[in-house]
Amino acid sequence: MAFDTGLAVLVLGVAVWTITARDTFAAVVGFVAFGLLLALVWVRLAAPDVALTEAAIGSGVTGGLLLGAHTHLRRTETAAAGELPGAALRLAAAVLCAMVSAGLAAIVLLLPEPAPTLAPQVAANIATTGLGNPVTAVLMAYRAVDTLLETVVLLLALLGIWSLAPDRVWGGFPGPHHDADPQGVLTFAAQLLVPVGILVGVHIIWDGSVAPGGEFQAATILAAMWILAAMVGLVDAPPVSRRWLRILLVAGPAVFFAIGLAGFAMAGAFLAYPPPYAKLLILTIEIPLTLSIAATLALLVAGPPERAPQR
Amino acid sequence: MANSATAGGFLLVLAIVLPVMGALLSLTLGGRHAERIALILMPVGLTVAVAIAAVVWRAHNVLQYFVGSWDPPLGVAFRADGLSAAMIVTAALLISGIGLFARAQFPAQGGAKARAPLVFWTLLLMVWGALNAVFIGGDLFNLYVALELLTFAAVPLVSLDGRAETFAAALRYLLFALLGSILYLLGTGLLYGAYGTLDIALLSGRIHAGPVAWAAVSLMTAGLLAKAALYPLHLWLPPAHAGAPAPASAILSGLVVKAPFFLVVRLWFDVMPGLPEHAAAQVLGGLGAAAIIFGSILALRQARLKLLIAYSTVAQIGYLFLMFPLAVRPETGHPWATAAWTGGVLQAVSHAFAKAAMFMAAGLIAEALGHDRIAGLAGIGRALPITVFAFGLGGLSLMGLPPSGGFVAKAMLLTAAVAENQWWWAVVVLAGGVLAGGYVFLVLARALADAGEPLTLLSTISRSRQAVVVVLALCAVLLGFVPLRPSELLQIGRPGLPIAVFR
Amino acid sequence: MSSPTLYGLCGAVLVGLGLFGLIVHPQPLRKIVAFNLIGGGVFLLFGVVARRGAAAGFGGDPVPQALVITGLVVAFAATALAVALLLRLFHETGRATLRSDG
Repeated sequence: MAFDTGLAVLVLGVAVWTITARDTFAAVVGFVAFGLLLALVWVRLAAPDVALTEAAIGSGVTGGLLLGAHTHLRRTETAAAGELPGAALRLAAAVLCAMVSAGLAAIVLLLPEPAPTLAPQVAANIATTGLGNPVTAVLMAYRAVDTLLETVVLLLALLGIWSLAPDRVWGGFPGPHHDADPQGVLTFAAQLLVPVGILVGVHIIWDGSVAPGGEFQAATILAAMWILAAMVGLVDAPPVSRRWLRILLVAGPAVFFAIGLAGFAMAGAFLAYPPPYAKLLILTIEIPLTLSIAATLALLVAGPPERAPQR
Repeated sequence: MANSATAGGFLLVLAIVLPVMGALLSLTLGGRHAERIALILMPVGLTVAVAIAAVVWRAHNVLQYFVGSWDPPLGVAFRADGLSAAMIVTAALLISGIGLFARAQFPAQGGAKARAPLVFWTLLLMVWGALNAVFIGGDLFNLYVALELLTFAAVPLVSLDGRAETFAAALRYLLFALLGSILYLLGTGLLYGAYGTLDIALLSGRIHAGPVAWAAVSLMTAGLLAKAALYPLHLWLPPAHAGAPAPASAILSGLVVKAPFFLVVRLWFDVMPGLPEHAAAQVLGGLGAAAIIFGSILALRQARLKLLIAYSTVAQIGYLFLMFPLAVRPETGHPWATAAWTGGVLQAVSHAFAKAAMFMAAGLIAEALGHDRIAGLAGIGRALPITVFAFGLGGLSLMGLPPSGGFVAKAMLLTAAVAENQWWWAVVVLAGGVLAGGYVFLVLARALADAGEPLTLLSTISRSRQAVVVVLALCAVLLGFVPLRPSELLQIGRPGLPIAVFR
Repeated sequence: MSSPTLYGLCGAVLVGLGLFGLIVHPQPLRKIVAFNLIGGGVFLLFGVVARRGAAAGFGGDPVPQALVITGLVVAFAATALAVALLLRLFHETGRATLRSDG
């Protein structure tokens, strides 16, 4: 309990710093630290799957994205500082937000005891899904349609980012070109880390059906490995108009839709799995889905095309 | 109740799956094929939409589907009642019309010119799929994902042209929409924490008045109001809808902005039936009234046509929220049997057609003249008479003049205001009509004025595009022949109503 | 006070803090960071609901935990799109501000 109190205070402290820091760089660094501390909180709340996802996506990839953005926007700092709203408006906002927090805190204290839960129903039905990890069962079986649509949301965000490219570089290479430095320390580190990271990612997806893990966490690790390799110039992003890249991105959701529609014939409903084959079907969905999500995440960080494709 | 094994339920799945898979196919095949995929899917999707409405009408009951054969609360349910059916058909008709109109503006291309057509047609299909997901979603978290899908599909449409000011407008839209989503999600979490389910039908049975329910619904409503651009959270809408290309503006003002309103209705009348207080409903109505008055006044002051139409959207959205004080706890009968229920939904549907027609007409005018300054419109009435006529027809709905769906909608709101002894809303409706008349006639007067010398148009506007605009405007007019009494269709699937009454 | 309740109060404060940052900061990048903070608070509240629902041998109710994973991914996608819009706005206009001039 004392540990939890200390952790909660630390989380709030870092959050306050993130909001009140004058320098945007400090705020972004604070946010990354906030995400990592939050991952610890998830462990304390007995949610290891969420902890993995928070550390990988919420803190890691998001932090990288925000840091990259800050580098571009450094010059606008002084101009923006002059636009800070007056003290009266800040006070009014502070009062409003304090009231919101207080109201929410009261609601938290008023939540019913004993808490309603779906855990017994999850446990009762998990045998027909063939899975051991209850969170995976919710994501891939009971509420599979949410996961399917969310993968589409990811792809849609990528299309939205691509749409921002000027016409002359449409379909081209995302992000600037990084020159490879064969003697560099970073290159050496990347050459060591990347294969290990890929193995870890594969292990997480394989194990995710029984242990904490799953396609989002594995995909994030794979994406992070790719981003690292790209940063040191080991690989370059392909032009976004390449047919194979489009197929890679769409393959995951496409297989998901296909197996979902096949569920009509096999098990009587969209996204239903016939019990003997449930685990096999879910794994068949998860593997291309992980690859698609990894590619999508990596490209989301890379940004819109900046260099024209060779035609 | 129809269950997952009937053909009817399959239609609900198709309504979402077909457009989304079409969009994925477009993304794979590229700009050359995106238009064709969309054009093939439009009649198919329209058929599915009409079929859903037919099944709901014939069964006089909710069409229900449990995804994956998992029963709620564990699984996710899709449900289509009369209200859903009306919105699904409206969306299908409008998307088809806008698609036909946009063919000339976003023709299939490859290479460097492929960006705009690929993005437009893919996002058009995604908006369609997301809208259907919102209209049939029976689970609050599934609706959150659908809302995010809708936002991510709509925001890039704003900056499709690539002009600098549209990026700022798109970013502001995105930030408002994200704030709305996160507040909605927060409310959802509180409801699960208190009642252990996110299924709307189950929640309606378990929910009871208390601080947790109030807090959750307030948060969710606030978030949805930000997405619906109800005053005072409307600041993002005019630059975003005016900056988008004309077919995109039509989608945004006609359909996208109605989805959060639909969800507020679901929340207030389905998730917590009978619970909202008169006071809360009056607040919502008051914001709607402010939107009508201020939106219309701001519209009168605009110098550019597209901005005028966008501010008009802000105003017309206000009418939608007048439905709440007039349908919550009515003096007699059920909320959905009131004139206000039908009036509000009819306002949403007829405004969708009318506003889409007006934005597309404005787009044609801007293409012809090279600008959309209202002061410079003189002579366009003579050069593009069909287009200006369509604009005028759309304006009838905005003003609430017969024959038009807008007239029936506003008349029903007036009837309800009198029936509920809340005459102040009647004043607002009438004032809004006068102000709308002001800005519509502002444009028409300029357009029909004589231009001195004959106008040289920058480009020829095809007859077929003008025809599509007129057809959509006529749809808004045809809705004027809906009888002036509570609609039977919109009451299908509502709890507590004896089915036998309508056989 | 149990530890889930403690974290629940923490989440409530985070939502207020993030909302304050969203309203007050003029720079869009700070607004995006603040939005992520609100998200963190909301997800934390889901996590508290999950922990309170521990039953049937699980440490927490798996349904809200799964919803948080979905929400985290969606929040990241939103951040990526917002950042891309912001950077494009900056490249086009040289300014990174949402204040419309005229």
